[in-house]
Order: sequence, then structure tokens, then C-alpha cells
Amino acid sequence: MPELADFLILGAILFCISIAGIFLNRKNLIIILMCIELILLSVNLNFVAFSYFNADIAGQVFVFFVLTVAAAESAIGLAILIVLFRNKGSINVEDINALNG
Amino acid sequence: MIKFTFYLFSFILIFAAVRVVTVKNPVHAALFLVLAFFSSAAIWLLLQAEFLAIALVLVYVGAVMVLFLFVVMMLEINFSQLREGFVHNLPVAGVVGFLILLEMVFVVGTWQNIPPPEATGIANTVALGMVMYTDYVYPFEIAAALLLVAMIAAISLTMRPHNRAKYQKPDQQVSVNREDYVKIVNMPSEPKE
Repeated sequence: MPELADFLILGAILFCISIAGIFLNRKNLIIILMCIELILLSVNLNFVAFSYFNADIAGQVFVFFVLTVAAAESAIGLAILIVLFRNKGSINVEDINALNG
Repeated sequence: MIKFTFYLFSFILIFAAVRVVTVKNPVHAALFLVLAFFSSAAIWLLLQAEFLAIALVLVYVGAVMVLFLFVVMMLEINFSQLREGFVHNLPVAGVVGFLILLEMVFVVGTWQNIPPPEATGIANTVALGMVMYTDYVYPFEIAAALLLVAMIAAISLTMRPHNRAKYQKPDQQVSVNREDYVKIVNMPSEPKE
């Protein structure tokens, strides 16, 4: 059986790939949403690994709630994306400047 | 054997994650994300989290990723324009990602190794169900409410009234007058030719 550290390092690699992905695809909102899903996946991997090695089911309960929140987040994110595309005709992050932020 | 399976699925997972962030076509990115979720579910199975592994496949691959694919295919977007700045951002992204990775590996690599616990004989789903509806019943209810709120929000955001659809306007219907709609014309009859 692989050690706990192996799972943690796998989660860390996944997390960093997703963070780098947000930097790389700074303009494409869909890819950014996908990167957020990947980040949540890597966090869930850590939760599950700790849950197994500590023989504590609470970690898996947290993963359950993270999955719920991630599903809600992606549903609302995609809905906002569609409304944005309808109004602006683009999903380029740089076109989203109506608030002059 | 377990070690081999772990490394195989880890390799596939990392490969798929790299492809998600580097591939040009968002449809391909979504499909690689499906692959990443699948291999992640396999790794969770190694950790004896059967219920969550199945839930990941059903909820993510079955619902969320299909939603992503639908959205990507529905929108007509010039994706090559969105790719601009990819090479420009590559050094920054590489440095930041690599530094975060280095720090995390330094922290978690020195983690004390805990021996895997003995099998308890309780199935994972049973164990999860036993705490889910007792200790975590209020968070469970909140999660249910959250999903409802998300559903209503998504529908109300994207629904727009149809211009072609015909609606009844009861207030105007009850206040109509006969004179508005009926006009009596008095015209002489014409002889048949």
C-alpha cells in the first residue's frame, strides 16, 4: 500500500497543475471553471487519504459536502457564463469590465 | 500490486490534468477532465472510499461534465482568440506552480507515515450512512437547501421570457369595452350582378 505522503504529494501536484492552469488560460472562463473543479478534486483527494489513514469517516463526510458545494458552484458558474455570453457575445475575462474593477 | 495500480492511476490523473490546462479545444479539455475524474475515483477506491468514488463518477462525470460539454457546445466562441497570451503567461504560471509544488512537497513529504488501519468489517457506505444522518444531519439539511438554492438560481439566471409566447393579461381582459372591439357599419346592400 502506498504511504500517506504519496497521496498527499499526488494531491499537491494536481493542485499546482490547476493553479498553473488558471494562469495559463487567463482569458477562457470555461477552462478556469474546469481548473477550479480540479483544485476541489485535489483537496478531496487529501481528505479521503487522511480519512483512510486515520480511520476516521469524518473526512469522507466532508468530501461529500465539498462535492455538493462544487456541483452547486459549477451549475451557477455555467449559468452566469451563459448569461454573460448572451449579453456580451464573448466569454473573454478581459471583456468583463462593466464594473471597472 | 496496489502500489502499481496507484502509480498507474496517478500517472493517468496527472497526464489528464496537464492536458486539461494545455489543450486548445475546450471540448477536449472537458473530456480530459472526465478522464481525470475517473482515475481519481479509482484512487479513492484504493483508499476504500467506495461510496464517494461511485458518487464522483455519477455526479461529476454523469452530471457536471455533461453540463460543461453542453455549455461548450452551445456557445459559439472563437477559441483561438482566447488562447492569446498562453505562451506569454507560461513562464509565470510555471514558476508559480512549481514553487507552490515545491513548498507543498517539502511540507507533506516529511509527513509521518501512519500505517494503514485494520479493516473494521463495516462497509464504507454503511459507515458513511451511520454518521451522515446522525452526527451530520444539520449539515446534510443545509447541503440540501444549498442545492435547491443553486437550482433556483441557475434557472432564474438563464430563463428569459420568450417574445413569441402569448400571455394572458387578466387586468386588461376584464376592463375591455364593447366599443373597443365591435364596430357596427351601416352600409347599403348592393344589388346582385
